[in-house]
Amino acid sequence: MAERFVKVYTRFNRIWHWSQVASIFLLLFTGARMMGMHQIGPFGLAVTVHTLVALALLLLWAFATFWLFTTEAWKQFIPTQNGLRQVIRFYVWGVFRGEPHPYRKQYQRRHNPLQLLSYLALKLVLFPAIWMTGLAYLTYGFWGHLDTSAVWLTVIANLHTIAAFAIASFVVVHVYLLTIGHGFREHVRPMITGFEKVDVSPEAEAYFAAEKPERLKV
Amino acid sequence: MKNTAWGSVAIVLAVILGAGPILAQSTAETPKASTPATALALAAHMSDPVKRATADHSKFEILKQDFKSGPEVTAACLSCHTEASNQVMHSIHWKWEYENPKTTQVLGKSKVLNSFCGNVASNETRCTSCHAGYGWTDVRAPMPDQPDRVDCLVCHDKSGQYTKQDNLSGNPPLEPVAAKAKTITGADAWAVNLAKAALSVGPPPGRENCGSCHFYGGGGDNVKHGDLSSALIDPTPHVDVHMSKDGANFTCASCHVSDKHIFTGSRLNTNVTDPHADRKPGEARDVATCSSCHSDQPHSKVSVVGRKLNDHTDRVACQTCHIPDFAKGGVATKTLWDWSTAGQLKDGKPYSEEDFTQSNGKQLHTYLSTKGNFAWGENVVPHYEWFDGTVRYTLPGETIDPSKTVTINSVEGSATDPKSRIFPFKLMEGRQAYDSKLNTLAYNHVYGPETDTALWTNFDWSKSIKAGMEYAGQPYSGEFGFVDTYMYWPITHMVAPSNEALKCESCHAVDGRMANLAGIYLPGSGPGIGGKLGLVLFLMTALGVGGHGMLRLIRGRKHGGADHG
Repeated sequence: MAERFVKVYTRFNRIWHWSQVASIFLLLFTGARMMGMHQIGPFGLAVTVHTLVALALLLLWAFATFWLFTTEAWKQFIPTQNGLRQVIRFYVWGVFRGEPHPYRKQYQRRHNPLQLLSYLALKLVLFPAIWMTGLAYLTYGFWGHLDTSAVWLTVIANLHTIAAFAIASFVVVHVYLLTIGHGFREHVRPMITGFEKVDVSPEAEAYFAAEKPERLKV
Repeated sequence: MKNTAWGSVAIVLAVILGAGPILAQSTAETPKASTPATALALAAHMSDPVKRATADHSKFEILKQDFKSGPEVTAACLSCHTEASNQVMHSIHWKWEYENPKTTQVLGKSKVLNSFCGNVASNETRCTSCHAGYGWTDVRAPMPDQPDRVDCLVCHDKSGQYTKQDNLSGNPPLEPVAAKAKTITGADAWAVNLAKAALSVGPPPGRENCGSCHFYGGGGDNVKHGDLSSALIDPTPHVDVHMSKDGANFTCASCHVSDKHIFTGSRLNTNVTDPHADRKPGEARDVATCSSCHSDQPHSKVSVVGRKLNDHTDRVACQTCHIPDFAKGGVATKTLWDWSTAGQLKDGKPYSEEDFTQSNGKQLHTYLSTKGNFAWGENVVPHYEWFDGTVRYTLPGETIDPSKTVTINSVEGSATDPKSRIFPFKLMEGRQAYDSKLNTLAYNHVYGPETDTALWTNFDWSKSIKAGMEYAGQPYSGEFGFVDTYMYWPITHMVAPSNEALKCESCHAVDGRMANLAGIYLPGSGPGIGGKLGLVLFLMTALGVGGHGMLRLIRGRKHGGADHG
């Protein structure tokens, strides 16, 4: 095994990531405006931006899901317990004692097991929760005539808000964790350039050299 | 037998003698019976301009009379419009009585007590000056079935000089006009020319016609409703986008369509939704609501905000956003009337205070010995309530709780009722007389220059209430007090241009306009349970991350700054 700079994040991958960053930031900002947490900008503009950005993000998610399943990228997200304990132990203990991170990034497995579980939870629980409640809220016009619609709207809106705060919490932890290990800049750079230093087997290296030379930075 | 016979002769003689001059006069003045030939002479020819109406009342000989009274004019009208009076006599304009089918309460001006002048009974000659008839001097009994006592002219006059005197039970001021006489709009009275008025009839009733009564309810311009004032005679679009010449130039009847002289639109039983929602905008219907013309999806369907606004129409009445304030156009409305201070005198004489300056510079009464204290408001922000259109009155004789503010009329509706809307109201504050032993609202006898019990001439509450209660046939303990009251007046006129409509944040804000309303999710009015839980989660995460980071920093220093991994 040798460490090589490999293009781990494809262009679509990176666009997907940064689009999510931008839209989630806009959604949190405009959502907070509608909640009354700040008064920056008119309420109506916040509604418009929130709605349009959310619809765009949903479209992106639809593409991303398609992309995940048509490429092999979905395999990145198969959960595993292998090494999970060590990673947890590192974050609650080892990190304070200068121990190195126990996980070695691989081309096929770019997330550590804990990271993987978090992302999976985000994709399978929080994102569906936010867009299902959001779509239900947005389509009030179709079910608002129901006698119980006032109650349902309250329930949906509150679930939407909780999910939003949970996503905001994810963002905080996500950004914070970039500061651990090689450092913030080192961690952000791969998501910009696409290349990251990962362990590559000689076979894989040979494959890249022969078939995908553009994926390998020498 | 003999006495009876002589009696009959006397009566017959009296009738002949008494009626003689009248008969002689009417034969002399009644125009010749119109034959088909004479009638044809009046008909327009192709060379004449084509008129909208099929009858030109200025051509009718029967209207060219020296009318001596309102009923004489009505009789002339009825000679052609044989069914008109009967239609009017079936309307609330005539009956002043309305049975609410939802509550079965019998309402109407002749039945209810309000927080303005209180009650019509015992004050008739003053109050019935705005009745659509002539000479209703006792509202305890319905107006008699006398077709010629319907006042056609008050609605149909187009000469602009017909009016009613404010204390003649609906009759117009005629020659000779009494000194200091006033019209129902508060102007100095003039002698009305009835023939001129009769000949002017033709075009549909205009805003001046309706306004002569409805703008002046409660004793002055805009006193009562708040959204109905003389400002609507020639309003700017800001004051009323529908009635402005630069807007839709509507008259009252453009929305208040009528059928058989019965008009749509009622504050006793209000349509807060369009009962004919299945009909397309502009289609004929017998109901006046905003959505009758605008539909219930009036905002842009291609903009996000427009679509979201359309989502509001199932809970929020159009008026709520589109009438951001009422009593516009420089005419204030009375917002508080405290009767309890009435009757105070200075040196034995009634006095007045004028401490409110209207935007046109006019000083308005804030105290009158006859009426007590007032407060006024211009450009008033409405009060909002859930409203399904049902209004329930506290009727005379109903037990009240004087320890609380008594609602003279309460409005019904709730957030869970799909037929209810958030609706704007003028919330009138009052302090009114009540029977402090029986706990019932009191009638007061205020008007009666010739009685020794009327409040406005004698300034004695005990006499006034006793006389009012006796007149109305209500039990009265003899003890009275004053109780705080609220009265709700639905606000539906003075619609502003769309760019002046409320903005989202007028309501979607902490302490926004909907702050007093419960039962609906209102983003922006403060974090709900979801927001609070979410915030706790977020703060805990931030604390956890902060703590982790701090610990790393501290430990890192100890380990020579190496958390490299």
